[in-house]
Amino acid sequence: MKLLHSRIFLFAVMALLLIATGLVQSWSVVTTILNLCLISAIMSLGVNIQWGYAGLVNFGVMGFCAVGGMAVVLVAEPPVGAAWSAGGRGIAISAFIVAVAIAACLVVARKLKLRTRLKQLVLAAIIMIAIFLLKQVFGPATEAIEAVDPSLSGYLGGLGLPILASWIVAPVLAAGVAWLVGKAALGLRTDYLAIATFGISEILVTLVRNEDWLTRGVKNVVGLPRPAPYEIDLQQAIWFQHLAAGLGQPVDGFSTIFVKLCFAALFIPVLALLMWLSESALNSPWGRMMRAVRDNEVAANAMGKDIKKIHLTVFVLGAAVIGLGGAMLVTLDGQFTPSSYQPQRFTFLIWIMMIIGGSGNNWGAVLGGFLIWFCWVEAEPAGVWLLDLLTRGLGEQSELRHHLLANASQMRLVVMGVVLLVVLRFMPRGLIPEKRGQSFSD
Amino acid sequence: MENLLNAVVLAANYLVIPATTYGCQIALGALGVTLIFSVLRFSNFAHGEMMSFGTMITIFTVWGLQAAGISIQPLSTALLALPVSIAATIAVTLLTDRWVYRFYRVRRVEPIIMVIVSAGLMFFFSGLTRFVIGPEDRNFDDGVRFIISAREFKERTGLAEGMSFRTTQAATIIVAVACVALLFWFLERTRTGKTMRAYADNEDLALLSGIDPEKVVMLAWTIAASLAAIAGTLYGMDKSYKPFVYQELLMPIFAAAIAGGFGNPLGAIAGGFLVAFSEVALTYPYKRLVSYLVPPSWQPDGLLQFLATDYKYAISFFILIIVLFTRPTGLLGKRSA
Repeated sequence: MKLLHSRIFLFAVMALLLIATGLVQSWSVVTTILNLCLISAIMSLGVNIQWGYAGLVNFGVMGFCAVGGMAVVLVAEPPVGAAWSAGGRGIAISAFIVAVAIAACLVVARKLKLRTRLKQLVLAAIIMIAIFLLKQVFGPATEAIEAVDPSLSGYLGGLGLPILASWIVAPVLAAGVAWLVGKAALGLRTDYLAIATFGISEILVTLVRNEDWLTRGVKNVVGLPRPAPYEIDLQQAIWFQHLAAGLGQPVDGFSTIFVKLCFAALFIPVLALLMWLSESALNSPWGRMMRAVRDNEVAANAMGKDIKKIHLTVFVLGAAVIGLGGAMLVTLDGQFTPSSYQPQRFTFLIWIMMIIGGSGNNWGAVLGGFLIWFCWVEAEPAGVWLLDLLTRGLGEQSELRHHLLANASQMRLVVMGVVLLVVLRFMPRGLIPEKRGQSFSD
Repeated sequence: MENLLNAVVLAANYLVIPATTYGCQIALGALGVTLIFSVLRFSNFAHGEMMSFGTMITIFTVWGLQAAGISIQPLSTALLALPVSIAATIAVTLLTDRWVYRFYRVRRVEPIIMVIVSAGLMFFFSGLTRFVIGPEDRNFDDGVRFIISAREFKERTGLAEGMSFRTTQAATIIVAVACVALLFWFLERTRTGKTMRAYADNEDLALLSGIDPEKVVMLAWTIAASLAAIAGTLYGMDKSYKPFVYQELLMPIFAAAIAGGFGNPLGAIAGGFLVAFSEVALTYPYKRLVSYLVPPSWQPDGLLQFLATDYKYAISFFILIIVLFTRPTGLLGKRSA
């Protein structure tokens, strides 16, 4: 019961923080923060599934976010017909070559009985031939695609489906990538796994950033369709003008808040569903098995549990959730900007959320997502305000004062680092710790 | 014959010299990472930020020295500032050990907790450096720019291709060689160095023989911090100082340390050069080089570039991933850490 109290208490504090921000700053700021809190909570849940349930270190959160974000573009953007006719065939042939090469490699590696050295040579030869063939087909095809109206398209476009369909495609795509990554990397010991996933996420983001034919790269995809109404339509709708008048709000300002609330109304059910699924999974026999594997791999293995398979499943599930978060973020932004994927924001910040909330506890992960995103956003104005106060004595002309105020936004990195270190040291199990040693009735 | 000479000069100018310099910088960084790994047994994600911190102190010292009118022309003032930066980085590193790492170290937590702690420190220090010096790009090399400039080289030799050798490149190579020599002399010849190796090889046995673990750990941090300050300063002097770039340097450094086998100093150096040469060689367009070597009728059409320069950093990730998956103990390593 005590635990429940503290959980309710902590979420109440979070709500109060948001309300206080609304009173001090503005309700528009609060709705912006709220939406990102919801998305952060989902990403944090994903990391919690991997680390909290199973003890798998994924420092590649950024990569799965980017894959999820890319899925939005591939689903929602209209297809570019000219680009397809210019290079679609080349891309298809390239995909075929890659598929054949992979199949050939697998056959050689698995089926053929050759000496190791010879096998390596054959594999190398297959890869070389594939690369040579790809150079002939893939390069010209991508060039042709990127030449199609480069300022507006220059890429293949997407499927032209409703944008919300991407919330199903993104987790599937992220899960597929995670399956490949997990297949290869999960055998590594913990801190090698951390480095490997970190490296893989950088490769994924580099690909997303540079393969213009697929994602437009750093040219960004802007103006993605929106699942919520547009401000301009709202402002002209009679019912909305009445609603705003009824609430005593200016129409313009209220329309932006209303749009953000529409997004929140889309995000909250997703989070609730994920939460329900995660909680039932964690409290099911499957969840108990996960914890058993995490806490003592050898014993669990001796009990006949297939550790490799279990790890792979949980890694894929977590990545799917992270991918969904990435897709929701791009949907909210209405644009896909590959250069915005930075490890500090998309990997380590999410980790901080999960650890501070309480790893192994879904409620903790969600609370961490809310709280840390709030701090991350509010650390900037708070830092400016604090520095302004502290350096007021220096006078308006002081160079030091200007320098400090200009760089105040960097303080949030410092604050986050300190918060993480303090929590790790004094309450390593987080704000809402995992329930341990629970009885059957609990 | 002249074509061949031109090709050699071209290769030296665009491939060998830049890759060697870059390799020295990466190797120094990787040595620090590998040292911490072998003594404290975790991968230090904050190492790139230590390099950044050291470079920041160098820059402040350089500004101070310039204001006081002290310089060592034709060399860069940064070299004069280096001792200050080393001392400051050591001090900060020892303080972080005392206040942060030691708590976990004496409790013998799992390495991954140390990794997460180091990621927290990475956050802290990246914020700190960006806050104190600002996130902008800074060039602080004030020495004479060239030992041999491309124009001079062309005039002297009469070749079509020029070769330039910058002072900072020479300084990088000389300082790196000196550091490595000193480090290996210390590890192989001195009693303290042997103590450290013994501790890294077998902690329990070392403790039994009366080695003070605190002392070894302090020493490891001291050396790693010095190497970080030196590597950071050399990199910044040769290219420029931008906090964001130093964060990105972490991956080539990890790649070098892993390729060489974590905990293996010689491997770290080899790994550094492997990473540097792969990065430079795979993103270099060979068109001009080949045009000197083949008859005119065979002139290539394309740039003959294996990978676009955008993929420069991805190469070190590929090396890292390939080594981790195929030979997790490193290309030279035998012992699984």
